[in-house]
Amino acid sequence: MRIPPRLTQQIAVTGMWILAAGTLGILVFIIAYVLANGLPHVTWGFLTESPQSMGRAGGILPMIVGTAWVTGLAVLIAGPIGVATAIYLTEYTREGRMTSIIRFGADCLAGIPSIIFGLFGFVFFAITLGMGLSVLSGALTLALMVLPTIIRTSEEAIRAVPRSYRDVSYGLGSTRWQMVTRVVLRSALPGIGTGIVLSIGRSISETAALMLTAGSALGLPHTIFDSSRTLALHFYIMSREGISMPNAFATASVLIIAILAINLAAYWLMQRFVAKVA
Amino acid sequence: MRPWRSIAAWWTNFRASPREVRKERCIGGALMLTALSAISGLALITAFIFKEGVPIITKVGLGDFILSSNWYPLEGEFGILPMIAGSIAVTLGAMVIGVVFGLACAVLLTQFVRPGIVAIMKPSIELLAGIPSVVYGFIGVVILVPFIRDYLGGPGLSVLAASVVLGVMVLPTVTSISIDALQAVPRSFREGSIALGATEWQTTHGVVLKAARSGIVAAVILGMGRAVGETMAVIMVAGNTIDIPHSLLDPVRTLTSNIALEMGYSAGDHRKALFATGVVLFVIIMILNTIALTVSRRRAGKAQSR
Repeated sequence: MRIPPRLTQQIAVTGMWILAAGTLGILVFIIAYVLANGLPHVTWGFLTESPQSMGRAGGILPMIVGTAWVTGLAVLIAGPIGVATAIYLTEYTREGRMTSIIRFGADCLAGIPSIIFGLFGFVFFAITLGMGLSVLSGALTLALMVLPTIIRTSEEAIRAVPRSYRDVSYGLGSTRWQMVTRVVLRSALPGIGTGIVLSIGRSISETAALMLTAGSALGLPHTIFDSSRTLALHFYIMSREGISMPNAFATASVLIIAILAINLAAYWLMQRFVAKVA
Repeated sequence: MRPWRSIAAWWTNFRASPREVRKERCIGGALMLTALSAISGLALITAFIFKEGVPIITKVGLGDFILSSNWYPLEGEFGILPMIAGSIAVTLGAMVIGVVFGLACAVLLTQFVRPGIVAIMKPSIELLAGIPSVVYGFIGVVILVPFIRDYLGGPGLSVLAASVVLGVMVLPTVTSISIDALQAVPRSFREGSIALGATEWQTTHGVVLKAARSGIVAAVILGMGRAVGETMAVIMVAGNTIDIPHSLLDPVRTLTSNIALEMGYSAGDHRKALFATGVVLFVIIMILNTIALTVSRRRAGKAQSR
């Protein structure tokens, strides 16, 4: 018997809806489950105290500070490099061998697993350059990891700026650099911001690479040469070694809230950018 | 190509003072050097991973290293076959889930739903990509592993658990790249097929999916790369025993977890062998990346010639 095409369509679409609903269900479940179990334990003290007895009691202040340092430093390093690369690719050269080499580098870098970055950061930054397990080693490793994201989003943002802006700027007698900095970058800023914000999100979530480069010291980092445990790594160690389930859930809640806020910020910036250039 | 642009640039150069021209050249040069940092980073990573890992591979012999099942680092025996098998097993399992769910989402979002629903679903799927891998691993341990242990048997920490967790993790990659590929299919293809009397579903699987095939292949391969490279979530749910798995319910150790688990206390040849594990992983990833890049570049070429 031949099934009528309309019926086949209905079956297929229903099937896809079930799968898509399952996907969204997983997302909602993960967020709800972590927050429901963790939020009650997130108190002011938890956010502002140092951990005691390996995290069984006390709070997560050093991890919040460590995460902020590593992430901030990584973005400070990768941001300017990524944006400069994007400017070079879009405004200062034509498509050719040079651009394809640069794009190949960024594409490959984007595909390398974090544990490989960790191995590299460990042997290069920590040992060869003598930085040890430190905020700096971790930040430099992370900077390499997020560089492709920043390059790609900045490039797309710069390309989306209408040609007429550039023509007008040239017409008014500006040099190329003036045109880039005062016209193109200013219009592309929210789009570039999206890339930066997404990189911050990726840095906060990163665990494997930082375990091998930033170390897992529990104390508050005083300089960038101190080892520091980030939130994600602290959560991993606590849940894996079964140190304290309530505190693990609470740490996970802080992570999830940070990620939610970052994705909202990225989404908002993107909407602004689309409204601006469209 | 862009006459107005080049005339404008020429005019700017014409009226610019030599000092300005020199400054522009310096800026261009500095930007080019900065732009080379991504490829230099890649070169450095390759050099250092190989420098640390290759000597032990040549010492043990490549064949013994990747085909022996004996991993006794303290006795100097380094065989990573179980980890290779483990990585392959969890990756294949993850792809089954990631591709089925990911493609369904991509097709639904590009072909069948109103923009209002897309505006909710697309950011949600992107959010799924932003959730830290440790959180996935944790949910896997707390919910999925006990479920498998109680209802399907075995220790719970298993190929199956790792596959499900990884499948959810690679789903956003598969979806977002497939969406790009599906959106790149010209509207006329779809309209032509509908005009010939095909239903939307016939159009989707007979025309649109076929036209977007290479992009979807690239999406699947990049998803595979993510699954092979994922570390923390796999460590938490896979069980990490060094045996070749015989069923979905057996625990496994992957290449990535082998590195992450033992780096902390390794030294000497043992540490070098972990870097060698990294070399094998790196080679696998580069092969997958190259395939994905070639496939999607061919697609770009086709789109231009159209």
